[in-house]
Amino acid sequence: MTPDPITDSVLQRHGVTREEYDRIVSMLGRNPNLTELGIFSVMWSEHCSYKSSRVHLKTLPTTGSRVLQGPGENAGAVDIGDGLAAVFKIESHNHPSFIEPYQGAATGVGGIIRDIFTMGARPIALLNSLRFGPLDDPLVRRTMSGVVSGIGGYGNAIGIPTVGGEIGFDRSYTGNPLVNVFCLGISRADEIIKGTASGVGNAVYYVGAKTGRDGIHGATMASAEFDDTLNEKRPAVQVGDPFMEKLLLEACLEVMKTDALVGIQDMGAAGLTCSTCEMGSRGGAGVEIDVARVPQRETGMTPYEIMLSESQERMLLVVKKGREAEVERIFDKWDLHAVHIGEVTADGRLRVKEHGKVVADIPNRALTDEAPMYRRPMATPGYLETAQKLDLAALPAPPSPREVFKRMLASPGIASKRWVYRQYDHMVRTNTLLLPGMGTAVVRVKETPRALAMSVDCNGRFVYLDPFLGAQLAVAEAARNVACAGGLPIGATNCLNFGNPEKPEIMWQFGRAVEGMGAACRALDIPITGGNVSLYNETDGSGVLPTPVIGVVGLIEDATRVVGRAFRSEGDAVVLLGETRNELGGSEFLHVVHDQIRGLPPQLDLAQEAALQRVLVEGAASGMIRSAHDCAEGGVAVTLAECCFDTQLGVTADLAGVAAAAAKYRETAALFSESASRVVVSVAPAQVAALTAMAEKAGVPARVIGRVGGSRIQIAVEGTRAIDELVSDAERIWATSIESWFAQRRAIA
Amino acid sequence: MKFAVVVFPGSNCDHDTEYVARTVLGQDVELIWHKDSSLKGADAVILPGGFAHGDYLRTGAIARFSPIMQEVSKFAAAGGPVLGICNGFQVLLEAGLLPGAMLRNRSLKFRCEFLHVGVEQTDTPFTMACRPGQRLRIPIAHGDGNYYAEPEVVAQLERNRQVVFRYVSASGEVSDEANPNGSVNNIAGICNEARNVVGLMPHPERACELAVGSADGLAVFESILKWGRESFDGDTLTMATAPAVLNK
Repeated sequence: MTPDPITDSVLQRHGVTREEYDRIVSMLGRNPNLTELGIFSVMWSEHCSYKSSRVHLKTLPTTGSRVLQGPGENAGAVDIGDGLAAVFKIESHNHPSFIEPYQGAATGVGGIIRDIFTMGARPIALLNSLRFGPLDDPLVRRTMSGVVSGIGGYGNAIGIPTVGGEIGFDRSYTGNPLVNVFCLGISRADEIIKGTASGVGNAVYYVGAKTGRDGIHGATMASAEFDDTLNEKRPAVQVGDPFMEKLLLEACLEVMKTDALVGIQDMGAAGLTCSTCEMGSRGGAGVEIDVARVPQRETGMTPYEIMLSESQERMLLVVKKGREAEVERIFDKWDLHAVHIGEVTADGRLRVKEHGKVVADIPNRALTDEAPMYRRPMATPGYLETAQKLDLAALPAPPSPREVFKRMLASPGIASKRWVYRQYDHMVRTNTLLLPGMGTAVVRVKETPRALAMSVDCNGRFVYLDPFLGAQLAVAEAARNVACAGGLPIGATNCLNFGNPEKPEIMWQFGRAVEGMGAACRALDIPITGGNVSLYNETDGSGVLPTPVIGVVGLIEDATRVVGRAFRSEGDAVVLLGETRNELGGSEFLHVVHDQIRGLPPQLDLAQEAALQRVLVEGAASGMIRSAHDCAEGGVAVTLAECCFDTQLGVTADLAGVAAAAAKYRETAALFSESASRVVVSVAPAQVAALTAMAEKAGVPARVIGRVGGSRIQIAVEGTRAIDELVSDAERIWATSIESWFAQRRAIA
Repeated sequence: MKFAVVVFPGSNCDHDTEYVARTVLGQDVELIWHKDSSLKGADAVILPGGFAHGDYLRTGAIARFSPIMQEVSKFAAAGGPVLGICNGFQVLLEAGLLPGAMLRNRSLKFRCEFLHVGVEQTDTPFTMACRPGQRLRIPIAHGDGNYYAEPEVVAQLERNRQVVFRYVSASGEVSDEANPNGSVNNIAGICNEARNVVGLMPHPERACELAVGSADGLAVFESILKWGRESFDGDTLTMATAPAVLNK
């Protein structure tokens, strides 16, 4: 091989530093050629190598008695009993979704689904966590509309229900929306399949869509900030084909039922490069392929382009020698053509040939385990000191509680997401026990008595104001949501969305958030079985709110005892579990009324949180708790209202006063404070004593605040009526706020 | 009773339909691959929902050419009960087993939600266990469910009482607000002239257990069983008796 001259501009185009290049040369013992440089550049990109985040991620708790598969495979897996496993993961597709919202989001869904069925699991649920700028910006509406259509377009067609999720809005996401997609599947616990290549001489197969020039350097793009060259980056976004993926899904699951398969991996970021070297590296083997045998969509493609293409819906399989025909027959049935492109070798190298001539030859481990790892400098951000100061007394007096209540219900962060979830098929597979808008997402596991609750959460404002505490609050909220439905949290996956890690202040946010997430997961005994990091979420040098999203999975032993958020019966007692403090820092109230992100996030006592969740799970299992809803954005007032909407049952409540709020904010704090570890539950009047006794025993404050009934939402603070609205009026404000932004005449912008 | 559920590449409600027939109703059911050329002795055939062939070209346009569709046509011509749900309905339209066509929803958006349909005709194998005018709360999930046919065809459908299901409000009124997709005359489902082939956009198979929100869809499946009981002569289904049963 004659090495190509690698100049500084070539390195820059590949996002490889001079130091990294020197390292490549020393690992190879020679200069790389351009194809090899391309392979290194994608595998050493932030997106694939986690080079800035790995040192931090290693500190997260990843083990537990139920963990069947921790980080390092295509997805994590936990034991859910009856010999079954829940296989799940969350992943981001932020950068592509801004460039081309529909396809960016669609291919994000396609990618996470492949990660799940690659493990031998049948995907049964999708969730997503989305962030956009304010809806008064036409560009934001276009982005959001495209993202939602893309998620629906892919998930609906492939027949996996999108059962839940969350959406947040903040100016910082205008030029950099977040699209995080979670998928969960079910497999036999003893039939989980790994992404491993082993057994010298075993055949390496390529199956799925043909390889085109689309998406070349997608992983590198996702590892850089956006600037005014954005439009030039469009060809790096791929186009999804959910029909092809449906065929792959069914065919792969059928192949997996045979024992002809050694390992399988999807070609996601960094395509053929990543799948070959990762499978080889995991199996301690080498992989040799000939790119001339790879099915190609376009003519004249170079080995460089074939290795780096990120065309969608492609899988790499290692098949046991002698079993090839059996596997080919199954793919033929599904009109898919499985192509034998290479073999497993003994030398631990990725060797790429073109018509038999070697065009790249690299030790697998140099691309995977031995990729660079940086401990990047961290520094406390300059904004923090000012931002953390909140002096309520110095703020103007708030509008009337009634006015604030209505503005909160209309705030897109709180308002009904019906316009969105109506575009998602959330019922296919007929397992959805709580429909979107009725509480935490819950799907039953057919042929068992069990169900799984899932929640994805993160309040970026809290993380911005205190990354350690904010990340803890995210874990606590997701686990609490799962517990509200009656689920015992048993595992989690994370998607860490941050700005440019080369900035010490961003790296500090990241490091502190990971510490907080780890601490909370340890305290609540929730192992993190995998996830994804998305850095460089910046446009023109300005970063998004730090957004470490966590997805928690909870196990419900009895699928007939699922608890929703809606009030169920006239006359039921309404009980507030937990304590309301003067905690308006980073709240929806401050955002909606004063357009500020200030103060300290609510405090969190993790032991108290764990105790609360035990009460919720036990109260659900015994059938005592009839409804449960977490108090999050908007505080108790908004929570009470949301409990009324689904069944159109009213509520009369009287809240305790809150100590130490500035006098003019006393009422506001009682109604809208976002103190953590609080849940509004309803129980039959005869069960009040039993519930309060159970809470007391667990050390959880419990106070009867009112009763269900009538057609109005009536909330008083210390006996003084503060809010009094018809349920139907409040619901109209809440239900129509988001869709009014998308009424057709406004959408055309 | 033996059900055949046809599986096209891209069908995605096949398992749900199979589950209702087997687990909820305790019947025999077989998934039939679209390349098969036999319905394996089934007494009733269901074309399930999904995105056959990715809905590429047009919904149902490619699926109608699958080998199994010849058998389905023969089965229908002999009076056998055939039900097309959602994408299955679209396939029946393309195959010419039912008249009309599907347009994009008037909102131009995919829409998934529970709503109400009124059962207008109870002399089909899929509605004979219903009361005339019975309201079913069942979900829709489609982007192309806006039923259209030429005015004279619609007039004929109405005249022949071939409109089996209509979108209605919770109180049973046929109104524009109750129409989720712009279908002409709020049509949610129709039958052929012989009344043994029925297509509908809503998903009764998704509403067969209270645990998933409604059991109203069971009425459709129980109708098939009732039809079966009344059509069976001993152990053998006598197709010749089917129209007689229906005309009772």
